[in-house]
Amino acid sequence: MSENGKEQGAPVTAGNGKHKLAMYWAASCGGCEISVLNIGKHILDVDSAFDIVFLPCVADFKYDDVRGYDDGYIDVCLFNGAIRNSENEEMAHLLRQKSKVLVAFGSCAYEGCIPALSNLTSREATLRAVYLDNPSTENPEGVLPQESTAMPEGELHIPAFYETVRSLDQVVDVDYTIPGCPPEPHQIWAVLEVVVDALSNGTELPPAGSILGAGTVALCEECTRTKDVKKIERFYRPHELAPDPDICLMEQGLLCMGPATRAGCGALCPSVGMGCRGCYGPLDGVEDQGMRMLAAIASVLDVGDAHTEEHELERQINEVMATIPDPAGTFYRFSMAHSILRRAKVEG
Amino acid sequence: MAEQNGFEPLIIGFTCNWCSYRAADLAGTSRQKYPPNVRLVRLMCSGRLDPTFVLKAFEGGADAVMVTGCHPGECHYLEQNMKTLRRFSLMRRTLAQFGIEPERLKLVWASAAEGVRLAREIGNFVEEVRALGPLDWPSVIRTNGDGAHKAPPIIDVAPAEAGEEVPA
Repeated sequence: MSENGKEQGAPVTAGNGKHKLAMYWAASCGGCEISVLNIGKHILDVDSAFDIVFLPCVADFKYDDVRGYDDGYIDVCLFNGAIRNSENEEMAHLLRQKSKVLVAFGSCAYEGCIPALSNLTSREATLRAVYLDNPSTENPEGVLPQESTAMPEGELHIPAFYETVRSLDQVVDVDYTIPGCPPEPHQIWAVLEVVVDALSNGTELPPAGSILGAGTVALCEECTRTKDVKKIERFYRPHELAPDPDICLMEQGLLCMGPATRAGCGALCPSVGMGCRGCYGPLDGVEDQGMRMLAAIASVLDVGDAHTEEHELERQINEVMATIPDPAGTFYRFSMAHSILRRAKVEG
Repeated sequence: MAEQNGFEPLIIGFTCNWCSYRAADLAGTSRQKYPPNVRLVRLMCSGRLDPTFVLKAFEGGADAVMVTGCHPGECHYLEQNMKTLRRFSLMRRTLAQFGIEPERLKLVWASAAEGVRLAREIGNFVEEVRALGPLDWPSVIRTNGDGAHKAPPIIDVAPAEAGEEVPA
């Protein structure tokens, strides 16, 4: 990155005794930054406790500033975004080196999130979709980004685009994880409060490796909808059904990831009639969110009489399962990079 | 085929305690032969099969997974095998999206008396998987996942034909 006029390693925050906070975005949308700003008046508490030493979304820091810091100079780094290209990976290593506490912040850093859905296809197909086949893309010469391009002024380089999207903890050691897409502001503040307290007053930090700012049980536990034992006969897509405001969405035939998803957001989506998307990731004790959801679906579905002829039975069940158009994309919408299989096998 | 490439499929088989495990037992006591490619794991019920187990098997290098249980209507736990059937149906569709041939996951119902049939089904399945070839998931992750982060060269795309309209 370009020079910023400052001397390398100059103490940006010399001597005011504040702790150093960094926040970086890798393959992400910027929603995590917005969510941090959404903590409301507590942003002033953050400001009084921390000096921001790196936050590309809102302040003009350069990568070279970070390179100039001593190792461990940053007290807390909130790293959001998945590892999609070589720049993301380089920054993950750099920020790990410079940070005392590295937090995988938000679903992308934690488990891949939406960017990792492209693990269901190949790098080539992704580039093709974005630069060539997209109906709103005008690119008649079929120009694709090149890692290096010769220009009169010299050779230009851009980061290498990887085949597989990874989570932050698949690249570097991570101290804490804050799930969510994005993490809920009240949860962010709850975590920062603990960290500020630990840094300022010497209280204990949570055990390394903890998932912070979320519950441990399934989202259903904090969802206020009435759950019955009613069994469903098919699934509906959101536009096909106006759901009853009080009854469990799954029992109405709307896919809701609640049974496989960690509580923590307050069941925001189900409370407004939209099934949980699963952004807080798998709950405690669940390794693979998608397979947990698949198992749950089989339990609520009431299709097929055990005394039907076996082939007919299989046909009936296949027919109902076909009302879920994109099982992998639905069950692993947020957790693809962290799933057991992690990506699709692509021929070629 | 086998002679040509020497590929011996590794299949993880899940059996239920009350029917299919006993069918496998019966196959043994009645000296029915079936290929050793399948490694049987006994569960109390096919409904105990957490779909995670299937992915674990593939992740660990299995070429295929066979799930067996009591016939519908004969489940020792009333109708847990119906859940197995539903999971099987949905799993096959999900696996296909991961590029895993759905045929690598097979469901066989076998009562405690069907030792011969189970042995035959295992034999057939081994040949089906042999024809599909190795899955080798660890190498999928090795070459595309954790390892090999040096990106391959950018694809070479022929320019679109002049005059070809791109819908706006």
